[in-house]
Amino acid sequence: MAMSAEQSGRLARLLSEHTDRLTERWTETVAASLRGRLSQAELGRQVRELHRSMIDAGRNGLTDLADEHGGELRAVLAELSTNRARQGFSASETAISVFAVKDALLELMEENKADDTLRDFVAFSALIDQMGLFTFESYVRTREGLIADQAEQLLELSTPVVKLWEGVVAVPLVGTLDSARAQVVMERLLQTLVDTGSPYAIIDITGVPAVDTQVAQHILKTVVAARLMGADCIISGIRPQIAQTIVALGIEFGDIATKASLADALRHVLRLTGVETTARRPRRES
Amino acid sequence: MTAVDLGVPDVQAIRSDEDVVRVRQLVRTTAVAAKLSLVDQTKLVTAASELARNTLIYGGGGTAEVTSVEDGRRRGVRIVFADDGPGIADLDQAFTDGFTTGGGLGLGLSGARRLVDDFDIWTTVGEGTRITVTKWSR
Repeated sequence: MAMSAEQSGRLARLLSEHTDRLTERWTETVAASLRGRLSQAELGRQVRELHRSMIDAGRNGLTDLADEHGGELRAVLAELSTNRARQGFSASETAISVFAVKDALLELMEENKADDTLRDFVAFSALIDQMGLFTFESYVRTREGLIADQAEQLLELSTPVVKLWEGVVAVPLVGTLDSARAQVVMERLLQTLVDTGSPYAIIDITGVPAVDTQVAQHILKTVVAARLMGADCIISGIRPQIAQTIVALGIEFGDIATKASLADALRHVLRLTGVETTARRPRRES
Repeated sequence: MTAVDLGVPDVQAIRSDEDVVRVRQLVRTTAVAAKLSLVDQTKLVTAASELARNTLIYGGGGTAEVTSVEDGRRRGVRIVFADDGPGIADLDQAFTDGFTTGGGLGLGLSGARRLVDDFDIWTTVGEGTRITVTKWSR
């Protein structure tokens, strides 16, 4: 049931006439639901701000949260849910901050009953429901934003390109290699090859739990791209179970050098570049 | 010997790339519980990854049903991939190494068959595809 402009005005009057009592009761209910995880002062400020914008919206004849008079109220609600989401509160805890006003209103209206009290309360209630839903949606949006940010950060974190030796860079891959990550790996590797002028790159797949055709295809494409830039790629970290799986699948790495461990790959590259590694012979006493 | 189911199957919907990862994790957990060797676990997980991706890309999404089974002597894991997609018109061609209608290597379906012990496919054009694979412990 939509609220009429008259009812909206009555709501504003009700809210402003009993400001102290309402905000106090409201803050109390919310504080109980948050169990002391937000300071009383902060909470009081939020409730008073929400209270004030509800009065303003009511005076302007707000009938639906989505219409033009609801702009400021929506902004206040959005800010509230963004804060709650960032501080780690749950969606219900956030929505209760809005719904709590209903209890306070009901108490007040029961004391001053009139003919149209019930009708008014139903209309007020509908508006508060709209506000609650709006809060909920903003909360979800903020959370989705946070998750997307984290996924992006993780993508950056999980694909380091390290310099192993003069002219040798390595990419240790850990976890699932999906298309998005393969893209980041390729970009980073190619850029590092240019930046360091390295002729050799080692792609280490020790941390990749399963190499299927998609993973293999991503690795092959990366190798081909590196070759186009004049760099040679070695794939290392091929464990026995991965080797057997690759054979059964029928994937061919062609003339790409592959090694069981990163150490083998590094030794292979060093030999290619003419660096000899020998164990130091203990000096004999004569 | 006929295979006997041990417990109820775990069903995982395949609707996105993340679901393919979930199928992989579910298969790995079940394979570990069925005491498959590391090589067999890896082979089964890889086969599941290929088939789940096929279900997603070519079948337009579907489900994977993972069950722990036993045939009296040995334990194993059975996975059923089902979709209501367009089906496969030419099975011989689909099982040819290097043939692909997408952008892959064309080894997924044929490779998956080589990675498991039992492989069964049912497909009808316009109705969908059901692939049942089983890997037994040795």
